[in-house]
Amino acid sequence: MNFIPPDFAPASSEIFMLIMVCVVMLADLTAGENKRYVAYLLTQITLVGCTILTFLSFSTETSQTFSGMYVDDSMADILKLMVYGTVSAVLIYSYAYISDRGMLRGEFFSLILFATLGMMVMISASHFLTLYIGLELLSLSLYALVALRRDSIIATEAAMKFFVLGALASGFLLYGMSMVYGATGTLHISQLAQIIQSEASSKEVLVVGLVFIVAGISFKLSAAPFHMWAPDVYQGAPTAVTLFIGSAPKFAAFGFVMRLLIEGMGEMVADWQGMLVILAVMSMAVGNIAAIAQENIKRMLAYSTISHMGFLLLGFISADSNGYSSALFYVIAYVLMTLGTFAMIMLLCRTGFEAENINDFKGLSKRNSWYAFITLLLMFSLAGIPPMIGFYAKLSVLQAVVNAGYIWLAVIAVLFSLIGAFYYLRIIKLMYFDEPETDEPITPNSEVKILLSANGFAVLALGIFPQALMGLSLYAIQNSM
Amino acid sequence: MSFEFPLLSLVIWLPIVFGIAVFVTGDDRNAHLARWISLAGSVLGLLVAFPLYTGFDSTTSTMQFVESHIWFERFNVNYHVGVDGISMPLILLNCFITPVVIGAGWEVIKERVSQYMGAFLVMSGIVNGVFASLDAMLFYVFWEASLIPMFLIIGIWGGPNRVYAAIKFFLYTLLGSLLMLIAFIYLYQTSGGSFSIQDYHQLAIPMTPQILIFIAFLLAFAVKVPMWPVHTWLPDAHVEAPTGGSVVLAAILLKLGGYGFLRFSLPIAPDASQFLANMMIALSLIAVVYIGLIALMQVDMKKLIAYSSVAHMGFVTLGFFLFNSYGIEGAMVQMISHGFISGAMFLCVGVLYDRLHSRQIADYGGVVNKMPTFAAFFMLFAMANAGLPGTSGFVGEFMVIMGSIKVNFWYAFLAATTLIFGAAYTLWMYKRVIFGAVTHSGVEGLEDISKREFALLAILAISVLWIGIYPYPLTDVMHATIDHLLIHVSNSKL
Repeated sequence: MNFIPPDFAPASSEIFMLIMVCVVMLADLTAGENKRYVAYLLTQITLVGCTILTFLSFSTETSQTFSGMYVDDSMADILKLMVYGTVSAVLIYSYAYISDRGMLRGEFFSLILFATLGMMVMISASHFLTLYIGLELLSLSLYALVALRRDSIIATEAAMKFFVLGALASGFLLYGMSMVYGATGTLHISQLAQIIQSEASSKEVLVVGLVFIVAGISFKLSAAPFHMWAPDVYQGAPTAVTLFIGSAPKFAAFGFVMRLLIEGMGEMVADWQGMLVILAVMSMAVGNIAAIAQENIKRMLAYSTISHMGFLLLGFISADSNGYSSALFYVIAYVLMTLGTFAMIMLLCRTGFEAENINDFKGLSKRNSWYAFITLLLMFSLAGIPPMIGFYAKLSVLQAVVNAGYIWLAVIAVLFSLIGAFYYLRIIKLMYFDEPETDEPITPNSEVKILLSANGFAVLALGIFPQALMGLSLYAIQNSM
Repeated sequence: MSFEFPLLSLVIWLPIVFGIAVFVTGDDRNAHLARWISLAGSVLGLLVAFPLYTGFDSTTSTMQFVESHIWFERFNVNYHVGVDGISMPLILLNCFITPVVIGAGWEVIKERVSQYMGAFLVMSGIVNGVFASLDAMLFYVFWEASLIPMFLIIGIWGGPNRVYAAIKFFLYTLLGSLLMLIAFIYLYQTSGGSFSIQDYHQLAIPMTPQILIFIAFLLAFAVKVPMWPVHTWLPDAHVEAPTGGSVVLAAILLKLGGYGFLRFSLPIAPDASQFLANMMIALSLIAVVYIGLIALMQVDMKKLIAYSSVAHMGFVTLGFFLFNSYGIEGAMVQMISHGFISGAMFLCVGVLYDRLHSRQIADYGGVVNKMPTFAAFFMLFAMANAGLPGTSGFVGEFMVIMGSIKVNFWYAFLAATTLIFGAAYTLWMYKRVIFGAVTHSGVEGLEDISKREFALLAILAISVLWIGIYPYPLTDVMHATIDHLLIHVSNSKL
């Protein structure tokens, strides 16, 4: 019997990542207490290396490997490239924050890299088990990251909540997958689609499975009514970790929904469409209304995330490549805005001081008019005001919704985004209309200065010239369908 | 099409570029530089807008100075701009008001000068963009973007209750425009993937969608105009805004709503417009009569002028829905004239406010003894606000009343009551502020207007008298366009 080695090429960047995680851990072990930046540099090098590998393997062809359990298509490549960029930006933004708080250790970086690897596996999975392994790798790393400051009661509590609810969601997901397996006899996503299409399986069992899968997805996306963990985790986790949780995993979640719902169970659109409508409306309602009452900025942004996830789900409702690409565009825009916003919060933190209350933004325009201006752009963008990118994200999703014939849904969506505009305006009000409470200078290092300026500027520039990003989203989807 | 000089783009982007240059001058150490750059920018903005008038062909209703480039292909959105007889006068009005506003804030604004001046310049460019857009998405982007500078102007430099007023202003206007966005997306779908406003004009739409589209537009534009009963944000915003903000709000931003009716509601949903005309006329007449009575009772000068703005804009919407050329042309003249008069009235209040820091009528009295020149100017503008023949206020109101008497005697009768109420609230306020004995110690110390203030008021006074005596240059350019619009509206699109 001949052993035929599988084709490792489609998974080259994942393999490289795995090797580098071990290297980072070992390097940190040998590097002394005052050489912690070695791990940071190695992590950045890893991300650059992965970027190069993914870029080299980029093709419009879809290639499968490991007996069809793993797929490499242009959507996967584009999502992965986005993930690398986001993680790299997260690290640059967090460096000062974590080194001030004694978190500049190998664990932080290796956990982040493990989480990134989990995202990559999720994005490229074409088999239920691969998908689940990727998801768990991501989730377990995130639980540990939240609990990284083990002396902090609030962080430990958040990690506990995150873990218990996350485990419950994974249970839901596995149960749903087992139902689907029972009905169709396959775990391969591509075969699943064929079997569902041929109607050879029991519809009832499939639908029950679908309900559990959608519930599991909603947990991971923090869509209402499965959103309860998000505010506590966002608030409790160290801000650097919140930034990480709030940004890159959204790409993975998008990939997850695409693989599971669209590629796997796309034939059952009539069944999941209605569920997504309910989830979207509830998320927009809960997120936007609850955010108004928040005094804690991280908690407020958690609710804002919930409402944005509701908007994101709207993109899937139209069930065509137009809708999916607008959802992808929405994710990209959302991550860009989240990165900048949390970076601003970390900028306001000092040694021994956590910027947590929205009042910490008071009078920012008098303390530093440039960063206030960037935050202004980010807030208007989150509120969906043109010419910022957030508007085009909303526009493309709304267009997909109207195209699918759900005009009433579009009206509900804009009414909730009107409510949402209020709490973003409140931040602007605090920055521009109020007097500062402190005149502590804001002194970021030069990388953060450049990156944050570029980030804020991108929110405006990509809004004025949205074609490139919109085209990229459409390309990614159309080439993979 | 041969290459033409992109004049309209220059008119839109020049103020924005200057505005950014003003922002860059930074903090108040360079305030002097910021003032001069913004004055240069605003005057240049006016100068480059002049060729729009001189080069305008008033015999045709087609779009002129057209530029069209692809903006983003994904949704077939174009950077498509052009002007006709409706938008061109409004662009000129905007370019004219900007230097006045910069001048009005010259010495008064001492804090964050560069941000103040820059915000006005950027807004001026954005508003030009709103008037010039021929692509619905471009229009929408400019339309919403204009909220941002005004929100900041009210919130940063406004009065004590400025935060409430700024947020109310923003959310109120956002509510209307978001529904308009849905209407645009719907039209995009039904037109087979086009955001061109001119395509929408030709689009056949059944009655029910037409009514829904009309209502979506109505919410956006009625809030902006503002029509009764969605006018309540305006007095708050006016009272709290700094003088320059009030001037721009009254003179320019309210016109965006009126312009929207002519560019969108009437031509895109003509059958719904005809169907709902009685409702629109009723709302307009309520604004004219009821708001006029409310204005009578105000004790705050700015609030009084704000309510008088609502009443005057009621004339504009009344004129639109009479569907005759007197009505629409009169409404257009009324919009331009209201831009001059309300701007001037707010400037006058600003002159007093800068000296005594009070807007209460009761805090003044006998000002004429100390400020005779100012009193003369204020007199002229008060008379124009009351619609005295010979001033611009008369022309528009008279034309709209002429138009309404053709439709229904009672419309004209109710509309004409404004001549009484308008005179009553304006002149009564004038009398209490300007005439009588000096009863307050503050008034005793007043000094007459400076050269700067004189220049600003004189420019506005000349404009008011010019349109009042010889409105032909204004009505001439809009004539062809409005005739075309009327023909278009009278054809059913069902």
